Amino acid sequence: MQGNTACAEGALAAGCRFFGGYPITPSTEVAEHMAAKLPKVGGVFIQMEDEIAGIASVIGASWTGARAMTATSGPGFSLMMENIGFAVMTETPCVLVNIQRGGPSTGQPTMSAQGDMFQCRFGSHGDYSIIALSPGSVQEMYELTVKAFNLADCFRVPTFLMADEIIGHMRERIEIPDSVPRVERKPLVKGVLPFHADDDMVPGFPQFGTGHHVHVTGLTHDERGYPCATSPSLHEDLVKRLVAKVESARHEIADYKVTNPDAEVVFITYGSPSRTVDQVLHDRQAERIGHLRFRMVWPFPENALEQFPNAKVFLVPEQNLGLMAREIERHTCVPVVPLPRFGGALHTPAELEKAMEAWR
Amino acid sequence: MTYDDWLRADRLPHIYCAGCGNGTVINCTLNAVDRMGWKKEETIFVSGIGCSSRAPGYIMTDSLHTTHGRALAFATGIKMANPDLHVVVFTGDGDLAAIGGNHFIHACRRNIDLTVVCMNNQIYGMTGGQGSPTTPRGALSTTTPYGSQEPAFDLCELASAAGANFVSRWTSYHVKELTRSIHEGLGIPGFSFIETLVQCPTNYGRRNKFRQVMDQVEYFKAHGILVQKAARLREEGKAIPGDAIILGDIVRRDRPAMGVR
Repeated sequence: MQGNTACAEGALAAGCRFFGGYPITPSTEVAEHMAAKLPKVGGVFIQMEDEIAGIASVIGASWTGARAMTATSGPGFSLMMENIGFAVMTETPCVLVNIQRGGPSTGQPTMSAQGDMFQCRFGSHGDYSIIALSPGSVQEMYELTVKAFNLADCFRVPTFLMADEIIGHMRERIEIPDSVPRVERKPLVKGVLPFHADDDMVPGFPQFGTGHHVHVTGLTHDERGYPCATSPSLHEDLVKRLVAKVESARHEIADYKVTNPDAEVVFITYGSPSRTVDQVLHDRQAERIGHLRFRMVWPFPENALEQFPNAKVFLVPEQNLGLMAREIERHTCVPVVPLPRFGGALHTPAELEKAMEAWR
Repeated sequence: MTYDDWLRADRLPHIYCAGCGNGTVINCTLNAVDRMGWKKEETIFVSGIGCSSRAPGYIMTDSLHTTHGRALAFATGIKMANPDLHVVVFTGDGDLAAIGGNHFIHACRRNIDLTVVCMNNQIYGMTGGQGSPTTPRGALSTTTPYGSQEPAFDLCELASAAGANFVSRWTSYHVKELTRSIHEGLGIPGFSFIETLVQCPTNYGRRNKFRQVMDQVEYFKAHGILVQKAARLREEGKAIPGDAIILGDIVRRDRPAMGVR
């Protein structure tokens, strides 16, 4: 199965019943598969007039209680940024798939990249936090799409599947389980204010059409949902909660794989570069090379770095000029070496071995 | 119907300026919705950004106050995901025809079952009176200090050409007619577009020789021509004045609609 198809199959298994989007290479197969399959399960597929409308329709659908998603790539992702901020501010659960391609601008439509990792975290205006997963195989395109829906509903936050063209277009054999875990949105209890959050910092969801009479606005709002855009303390409290509900859970929801934790030389990866590192580890098993592979990239679980107490260097191959390397550097005293390889070609095992030797 | 039934009393006073025409349109819309016999639980108001788009915040239903220009795209998602909900969109000339122009024509093309009430004040009121796509040629605004040089959009012609099932235009003077047309639009499957010219004394009238609130309302009354009369004039080969405001139900048809259960 192709990665993009596995993503769509994962979404369907997770109960996604609304897809709104706009065709863009190299993500289009996700939309095509949803267009074919959603009507058969009573869902809705709609091709909107642009990506701005795509994410807008997803947010609208989500408020009716539907699990909703869109899929795109670089230029479309840029167009979605304002409404991603709206989803954050209104705490709308939704899943956005970005099959990353080379940028900036139109860039390399058919080539793989990981250049949107910071845009996904910081791209909309204002302070906020989101959840982002990064699959490293076709199997994970399926599994992490399911997981994205559960995280989105649990935290009421836009959740991203930050894949890349290589994983999206790769074909691998996958195992599809009979059923997948499902975490429902916590419903709003009658009598509780719609944007009042308990200790978990996530308010109950007042689904449209169920009599809650909730006003949902992108303006800074109080617990009633009413606009109140000039109170410094109200705005500060709201934004701090929106960030804290995600960031304070970062160790609890962290998702990464550790190989050879006693290693001195450690690769840190996410997405398709992990496949080259796997090859290097396979070829040089005796050397006990470390590998930390993030399946969840945001919120960044810095404690994962402590899984390698003997680390003398973190080597970070990425399909960009060194984005996550910068984040890793922020959290460790161990030297961090970015290994950028972009333009569409993946690192070769020989390149990574050479980088490794330089640190021996 | 009383205000208590549909309005959020705890949100008053509202933000509209003294003399603003938007309240009239909200009143007419709520009257029309109430006349439909719709329940508050099944009625959703959606809006974008601007003066008009603050309306849903004062109405006691579920409502979505979205980003600038995008209300129709959000509303499309709501209506497609749950066609049992009645979805009404409040928008303005800047929100709908400038930044939201693409969503407008595509929502008309899809003929999706929404009712859109556009409060056209011919200006960006919220941001202090900048020119909009419906600011008449020659009119003064803060961004057209020497008079607007651009021709204005005819929103009803746009909606008609793009495929809406029901298109109507009134003004804040024509309260009874406006209410009747919104009511008819609510009942028609497919895209219903009701444009209402509204006075904006603070940011339009003040700069364009409408010194008093009623001056602009009187202008609407004096320059309004019923669509039937306009057709008759055309048939008789007589000229329709350039500053005429064509009023009435302009399009009523039965194209296939989306978002209908």
